[in-house]
Formats: sequence, C-alpha cells, structure tokens
Amino acid sequence: MTTSPREHIVRSQDEEHQRLVGEILRMGSLATAQLEAALAVAERPDGAAAARIVAADAAIDALEREVSHDAMTLSLRGPLARDLREVLSALRIVSDLERIGDHAAGIAKRAAALDRAPPAPAADGFARLGALALRQLRDVLAAYRARDALAAQAVRDRDAGLDAEYTRLFRALLAGMTGDPDSVAAGTWLLFMAKDLERIGDHATNIAENVWFMVRGDDPLPPREKADRTSQAG
Amino acid sequence: MNGLAPGTLLWRRQLTNALALAASCLAAVIGLALLAWILWTLVSKGLAGLDWTLFTRDTPPPMAEGGLRNALYGSAVMCGLAILVGAPLGVAAGTWLAEYGGQRRIAIVVRFVNDILLSAPSIVLGLFVYTLLVMHGGGRFSAYAGALALAFIVLPVVLRTTDERLRLVPAQMREAALSLGVPQWKVVVQVLYRSASAGIVTGILLALARISGETAPLLFTAFGNLYWNSDLARPMASVPVVMYQFAGSPYANWQALAWAGALVLAAFVLLTSLVARALLPRRGLIHD
Amino acid sequence: MTDMTLLDRTPAMPLDPVPAPAMPPLATAVPDRPAQADAPVKLAVRGLDFHYRGFHALKGVDMEIPEKRVTALIGPSGCGKSTLLRVFNRIYALYPGQVATGSVLLDGEDILGPRYPLNRLRGKVGMVFQKPVPFPMTIYENVAYAIRHHERLDKAGLDARVEEALRQAALWDEVGDKLGQSALGLSGGQQQRLCIARAVALRPEVLLLDEPTSALDPISTGRIEQLIDDLRSRYTIVIVTHNMQQAARVSDFTAFMYLGELVEHGPTAQLFSNPSKPQTEAYITGRFG
Repeated sequence: MTTSPREHIVRSQDEEHQRLVGEILRMGSLATAQLEAALAVAERPDGAAAARIVAADAAIDALEREVSHDAMTLSLRGPLARDLREVLSALRIVSDLERIGDHAAGIAKRAAALDRAPPAPAADGFARLGALALRQLRDVLAAYRARDALAAQAVRDRDAGLDAEYTRLFRALLAGMTGDPDSVAAGTWLLFMAKDLERIGDHATNIAENVWFMVRGDDPLPPREKADRTSQAG
Repeated sequence: MNGLAPGTLLWRRQLTNALALAASCLAAVIGLALLAWILWTLVSKGLAGLDWTLFTRDTPPPMAEGGLRNALYGSAVMCGLAILVGAPLGVAAGTWLAEYGGQRRIAIVVRFVNDILLSAPSIVLGLFVYTLLVMHGGGRFSAYAGALALAFIVLPVVLRTTDERLRLVPAQMREAALSLGVPQWKVVVQVLYRSASAGIVTGILLALARISGETAPLLFTAFGNLYWNSDLARPMASVPVVMYQFAGSPYANWQALAWAGALVLAAFVLLTSLVARALLPRRGLIHD
Repeated sequence: MTDMTLLDRTPAMPLDPVPAPAMPPLATAVPDRPAQADAPVKLAVRGLDFHYRGFHALKGVDMEIPEKRVTALIGPSGCGKSTLLRVFNRIYALYPGQVATGSVLLDGEDILGPRYPLNRLRGKVGMVFQKPVPFPMTIYENVAYAIRHHERLDKAGLDARVEEALRQAALWDEVGDKLGQSALGLSGGQQQRLCIARAVALRPEVLLLDEPTSALDPISTGRIEQLIDDLRSRYTIVIVTHNMQQAARVSDFTAFMYLGELVEHGPTAQLFSNPSKPQTEAYITGRFG
C-alpha cells in the first residue's frame, strides 16, 4: 500500500507508462460507448445502428493489440514492484475489456435479430440489468484511473446485486416462455442478451480485482458472495 | 598549409604546432647528438686500452703497463657489501612503511626524511661515514667504511621503491589474503612480496647501477689503493676513484687505463639497467 | 414407421472396447516452491554502529541473517551495504580509525568482542570481492594457500581438498588438468570462480560476496549466479549487489539500506513485488532522484 508520486529517473519509462494507461482508458470508454449503444438498440431495434456497433468492435480489438505491444516494451525495462504489477494487470484488464466489447456487440446483433422490442416485464428487467452493468463498467474504469482500490472493491461487491437481477430476469423469461410457446424464439434471444450482460458484469468484476492487485499487490480481497442462482431456477 | 588562408585561427594553430614540433625535435636531436658524442668518445678511447691484461694485472705506477684488477675487485666487493647491507634494510623499512605505517604521521615523517636522504649529495654521506668510522676508528681508511657509505646511498633508493611497489598492490589482494585467516606477516611475505617482487628487484638493481659509479663517498672512506688488497679493514681501490686519480694525471698509460675503466663501468651500468628493465613488465601483475 | 431416423437405420455395431491411448499422467508433480520460512538465525546484528574518519556509516542496524539462505543487501551508493558486509568478517580491522560498536552474533557468539579470535572468525566466514584478485601463484597454490595455513594435511589430502573446492566452484572441469599454471592466465570469470574456490576451500559456514559479478560479462555473471544457487544448500550467503534484478533472481531474502540505516528487510518475492516502505519502492522502481 504505497504511493509513489515521483517520476522515474528515466523519463521515457513514465511516458511509455502514460501511453499504456491512456490506451486502456480509451479502450474502456469505447467499450462503455458500445454498451450504451447496444442497450439503446435493445430498447428500440435499429438494424443500421446495430451494424455500426458490430463494426466499431474492431477498434477495441486493435487497441488490445496496441496495449499488448506496449506492455512488452515496458517489460523490457525489467519492471519491479508497482511497475511490474501495472504491466501484468494491464494485460489482464485489456483482455476483459476486449471481451466486454464482444459481448456488447453480441447484444446489438441479437437485438437487431429480434426485430421488435421485448415484451414489457422482460423489458424493464432487461433495462435494469443493463443499467447495473453499465454502472459497474463506468465505476471500475473510474477506479482504474484513480488507482482507487476501495472503489474497485465496491465494484466487486456489487456484482452480487447484478447477479441477483440476472437471476430474476432469467426466471421471468423462463416463466414467460413456458406460458407462451410462441415467444420461445424471442425469449431465447433475450436469454442470450441477458447472459451477455451478466458476463459483462463478471468481466467488470475481474477488472476490479486486477485494479486491487495493481494497487495492493498480493493482499487478499475480503471474501464476497456470488448470487448467480440461475442453476437453481426452472 | 592545406590551402588555408594565412591569418585564420586554424592556420595560426597549425603554424604554432609545426614550430613547437620542430623545436622539440631539434632539442631531442641536440641531446642525442651530445650523448652519441660522449659514447663515441668513450668507446673509441676506451677500446684502445681494453685488453685481457685489464682484468689480470693491478694498477701500475706511472709510465708502466698494468690493468685494473684491484680496482674492479674493490668495486665489486664494496658494491656487493653495500647491497647486502642496504637492500634488506631498505626492503624491511619500505615494507613497514607500506603495510604498517600507512598514512600515520610517523610514516609521513619517515618518507620525508628518506626523500632528503635520497637526494643528499653523496659526498656528504661519505663525510659522515668518514667522521663516524675513519676518524673515530683511529684514522684508518677501509673497505668497510666505503661499503657503508655506499649502503647509505642504497638504503633510501630501495626503501622508496619497496614502499611504492607494495602500495601499488591492490588493497583487495591484501584483504583477500587476510580474509582467509592468514596472519599479516605471512600475507606480506607470501603474497605481497610475490606481487611486488619485480619492482623491488628492479629498485635494487638500479641502486647497484648507481653506486657502482659513485666516487665522492669512496674518497674519504675506502680512499684507494694502488696495490692488490683483499683485506676489508684496509684501504681498497675502486674503479671510479682510480679513474679520478688517473684521468687528471699527465701520464699517458694512466689516462688510457682511466678510459678503459670508464668504458667497463658504462657497460656495467648499461647491462644492469637493461636487466632491470627486462624484469619489470614480465612478472608484474596483469590487470584485465 | 416411415420416418426412420438415421440412427434407427444403422445396424447396431458391436462395441469392442477400444483401448484408450496411453495418456501421460496429468502433471501433478509441480516442483515445490523452495521452503522459505523458519530457517534458524545464523548471524544476528544488534544495534550496530560504524564510524570511519568521523563519518557515521551505519546507524543502529538490527538484522537477522537466516542460515543456509541467500540474503541480498541492496541500496544506493554510500548506503552502508558494503560496510555492513565487511563487519561480518572484521576486515575493517585492517584500517585504523574504523570502529564498530554494538554486537554481531555468529551462532550466538559476539564476533565483535575482543576475545573472539580473528583467524577463527575468518575460517568460518569467507569473502569474495568485487575485483577478481587471484594470488600471483599457480591455480593449485591459490586454493591450497589458506588450507595449508589452517590445517596439517598430507599431499593426497591437500589434493583432495583442492579438487573439492574447485568442483564446488564449477571450475574443476576447466582447470583440473592445468593446476600448475599461473592463476593470472585465467579469464576474468574464471578468476572470480577461483576466488570463490579459494574462499570455500576452508569449508566456511558463511560466504560474503561483495558485488561479485559487477566486473564480469553477462555469461560469466550467469555462471556465478548458477554457482550461488548450487552453493546455497551448504553455506549461508550474504551478497551485496547494486543490480536489483540480480538480487531479485538470486536471493531468498533482501535487505534495503539507505544512508546507513536498514529500511526494509523481508522475503525477496515480497519485497520486489509489493514492498512495504515507499523508499524501497522508489529505489527499486528507479524513481530515486
């Protein structure tokens, strides 16, 4: 638990590090924008918008490659302690962000395939889940930027609420599908989309754990509960 | 001058450079020319008197044939004795200075006094030994006194060389040997002397080369002897003193002998210096 | 039934038991992490102060060096790490004006006490220096030199000890057939390994290494680091290094010193991944300015 405000003696190391952080934050804001756009498409299907979202995912993938390259360059300096933790966590975080981007694009694609808005009770549940996932993503990126381990811990702890919301939505969708066999196709798409959101939540939690690692090192996180009860549904 | 415009800074610097180079070359040439002249004179005049009898017959009375046997013997004995007395003392004292004296005040004083002794006029040393041994010993010149006077010249040279050579051995070698639990005196004798041996031997050889040509201290101590003498308690001839006596005389044979002696002496000094120089780099420490 | 599925139309085939291909067992044999904890204390430093020429070089150092482990001392120039190392075999006693106060316990006995015999200490604690300094003798003589002084051995016994020492220093294969050659003819890396052989020839309990590879090329450095790895099971090793990567590679415990004080001391993996003092982190990440 240390703060090291001073700069490196070799300034180029600081510059490379700033570039790495900047790329990660840019990737994060792109992923956030993708998720927002995907949730909008889910609310009001728009084929053109969905196609744009899917195309934009390439930018996130390109950034991941950039970050991998820059992490390698930084590793050549033989970083230790905090510097080493920054590089290791950067690699893991961009992997999670890239997956978040994939899930957001997935939501957009499936929403467009749905071709109509989801039925009302499902729509509310979906909107709530989407808002939670979006909030988790925004908060964890803020925690990364601020190097705030406690904020990251809060994000990780809130994942339980997101999982609970997902479980509720899952049960509602199942109930809806058993009640109305014609809605099975739409219901299945919605299940996949909900799963995408739940996965986004998990990835945000992973990022939170990596932010904690980056700041606190191997200090263990306090235990948390997992509330994904979907395996007990139905 | 490379087509440069005269008057520019670079041209002036190159001109100065060329002038300085020419002046130093000229000085070197003049010095070398003088040396060559001396050597040429020495060789041409000395060779004339150089034959086997130089080593088999003693110094003759004026206008008679002879050699330098007694003088050569005397020089050899007195120089040998001087080294025998002065060198071990010098090495021991130099060792003390380097290993135990270090930077302490007494060591600084000893080094300073040694430097004075090193550059003291040798005639002063001769006079000192004269007062000490000859006068108080009943007015008897002797080879012992001569050897002692020469030893006083050897001592500071060897002390200085030993001190410097030992101090050149890296501290880490000393520490490495000591950290093996070996006592300090053993480290000095078994490790440090081996490292510095080439330098110390060189110092002794250079001292030998120097004393072989010293005249003034022998004048009041060994005095000289025209006849063969192997008794160290009595006056003894030596090459420089014989040269001093014979060269200024009006007798041709004596002058010839003086030149021959000068040649032999010069050859000996040259040989000793060459040996000293040859020893030095080969057995020294190799630093990578 | 006309709507026969493919499955129904296919005659049932006898299912011979197909022998499963021999799979290698799952990798359960993961090499254990080297045991760190609970090594007994070999050297205990208590309240050590060191002065030379009026300069206060070590200030109240308290430290415990565990047995048969490698402890690295790191820190910027002038922090006192070499000074501390040189207290452990009292080599500073060579220089007047250098004074150590406090106590250093080797197996419980205070080696700074005036009654502790110096050559017994130096038989137990060996030292290797930064610059390889082989004695101007043959390779054999270099190694045998100290043995001869401390013990009475016949020729065969001495030969065996020399070979043992050279084997431990990973030098026997290279020089075993030319022991009569001058040690000065060896390369820098070989000379340093000879110095290590010289130090282990006395079968000490503690080995002090003062920046042993800073004068060597990377290959020789690697060989010496491998050597340290081989030696750690027999000797307690304390190594001073200004190369932090080397400290991270080679040591089990690391102590960071600054301006004569011990700032942090702990297991190497911990200190280099998440140090607890900001000064330590600033130094090892190259932020010291």
